[in-house]
Amino acid sequence: MNAVVAEANGLKRHYAVNRGLFRDPATVKALNGASFSLEAGKTLAVVGESGCGKSTLARLVTMIEEPTEGTLLIDGKPVTAGDPDLRRAVQIVFQNPYGSLNPRQKIGAILEEPLKINTSDSAPVRREKALAMMQRVGLRPEHYERYPHMFSGGQRQRIAIARALMLNPKILVLDEPVSALDVSIQAQVLNILMDLQAEFGLAYLFISHDLSVVRHIADDIMVMYLGKPVETGPAEEVFANPLHPYTAALLSATPSADPAGARNRIKLEGELPSPLDPPPGCPFNPRCWRVLDRCRTEEPPLEGPGGHCVACYNPMDGAGEPS
Amino acid sequence: MALLEIENLTVTFKTSSGPFKAVDSVSLSCDKGEILSVVGESGSGKSVAMLALMGLLPWTATVTADAMRFDGRDMLTLSARERRRIIGKDISMIFQEPMSSLNPCFTVGFQIGESLRLHLGMGRAERRARSIELLKLVGIPAPEDRLSQFPHQLSGGMSQRVMIAMALACNPKLLIADEPTTALDVTIQAQILDLLVRLQRDHGMGLILITHDMGVVAETAERVQVQYAGQKVEEQDVKGLFADPHHPYTAALLSALPERALRRGRLPSIPGVVPGQGDRPPGCLFAPRCQYATAACQTAPKRQDRALGLALCNYPLVDGVPQGHPGKAAEVNA
Repeated sequence: MNAVVAEANGLKRHYAVNRGLFRDPATVKALNGASFSLEAGKTLAVVGESGCGKSTLARLVTMIEEPTEGTLLIDGKPVTAGDPDLRRAVQIVFQNPYGSLNPRQKIGAILEEPLKINTSDSAPVRREKALAMMQRVGLRPEHYERYPHMFSGGQRQRIAIARALMLNPKILVLDEPVSALDVSIQAQVLNILMDLQAEFGLAYLFISHDLSVVRHIADDIMVMYLGKPVETGPAEEVFANPLHPYTAALLSATPSADPAGARNRIKLEGELPSPLDPPPGCPFNPRCWRVLDRCRTEEPPLEGPGGHCVACYNPMDGAGEPS
Repeated sequence: MALLEIENLTVTFKTSSGPFKAVDSVSLSCDKGEILSVVGESGSGKSVAMLALMGLLPWTATVTADAMRFDGRDMLTLSARERRRIIGKDISMIFQEPMSSLNPCFTVGFQIGESLRLHLGMGRAERRARSIELLKLVGIPAPEDRLSQFPHQLSGGMSQRVMIAMALACNPKLLIADEPTTALDVTIQAQILDLLVRLQRDHGMGLILITHDMGVVAETAERVQVQYAGQKVEEQDVKGLFADPHHPYTAALLSALPERALRRGRLPSIPGVVPGQGDRPPGCLFAPRCQYATAACQTAPKRQDRALGLALCNYPLVDGVPQGHPGKAAEVNA
């Protein structure tokens, strides 16, 4: 069951941006060295704020873009552009179900399109497969003939999930799949995702900024800051015992639905620095309250015992409180 | 008398497929120095009710209410000109999308100064001094430099701080924050919420916080009003609401939160979706999704008293047990 289906090593993606006529183009290091592995039937959650490189990571894993540096193995094979087998193995569900479905296609056509392009199935077979998948995600057969505008956000996200699963992928990249949905609908979609994972043994790369959702669904977690993973490890351990100050701050900033709970919020000063001009040393050093002189010049490597790694010279102590 | 009192506010939109009731007999009050939170999913009419108060709805909307009083004045009979004197001065509002709420064509300083000029008649130097003071208040570093910047030069968190500075410019008595942190990252959200609560305390303002995030409610509000499909279904103080919700919708909403569930267990979800324009049930609007609904819920449900959180329900929950419920046999959706 726990077969590794994808392995990334030092993935980097840099973009050149033009800064006007009289200045040299600059390089944005949107993703600057991420390594991870995805196992069948497991969920790796990627957490971080906007601009931390989560979505760039999703684009690399789905082969929408090629990495500038680093290697990505899917199913043991190195990723090269345009390998149809590998493309079939990885599918994606986008954040906004209002934007990711073609408004001029019926649901049936949306679901059958991947089959039409990638397989030699005949029309009746395609229809049968589409109807089976619709039932699997909780849509009724009469929805086959309807257009996306006739559905609510939660149902559209089910359609998007069904479309992603049409080719029996091994890896599903979920880019903020529930953040555009209301709480009651979010619960429905999360339940479906967990059921499907158990049924098909899918590996999920779950990208989210909502830590309560991540805590619920993830097996492993990777916290990113400014294009770099700063902490990785089993989800429960990272939540119970965050080692990187940024992880601790992120956890304490997440509002908890318990008015009686004690607040011991770590207040972060300032905002994410511009990725055009990252600070020297540790990317988090301008906002960190545990900063050492060393952090301003040297970049800490991601290391740690067991599976729980952290990139910090002065990690948090065990209690999860600033000392 | 409370600072803001709204009784039985109803907002109906004219649409091509007939009238649509976005807000249905909602009552609301907010006093000085109080934080009221209005919670609900999309389509629950929480923003529309506040826009009706501000007079910001389009002409397709019909607003009726038994009473709409702000600071002793009747907002229903005010002329547009009189209303404009209050809005932006005594009542001000912060919107959800800071990036698109600021005018991209004008500098930050101009936009903050505008209300100072119109409402307080300040001169140029006075405006500049007050703008700098405001930007300092909301925690923007180097405010002198920021005044001459345009909105595209600011990050999301900074834009929201500017919006808050604009809203506070004339020392309003009531501040309405419509999902002020939804578009922001969690660490920035924490900063902005702390700022709002601090400013509310320092200035003794009333604060109405509209949100869909139960976590934000739990951390900031004092009193909570839950809305569903345009109706107020429950009102309680925040501790009571989270400990013992009286309306089945509130209870279901709280138990659908991932952090209240067992890790990797199934989340208790609410079946179905919020009723839309075409499929509004005749009686209780939540009945088709409610696990306790009976035949009696096909007609308008009873409003319970204050001890039961003003729950709009025939069988309000106490400690998770529906009161006066005839039992499983009578349930229609069981």
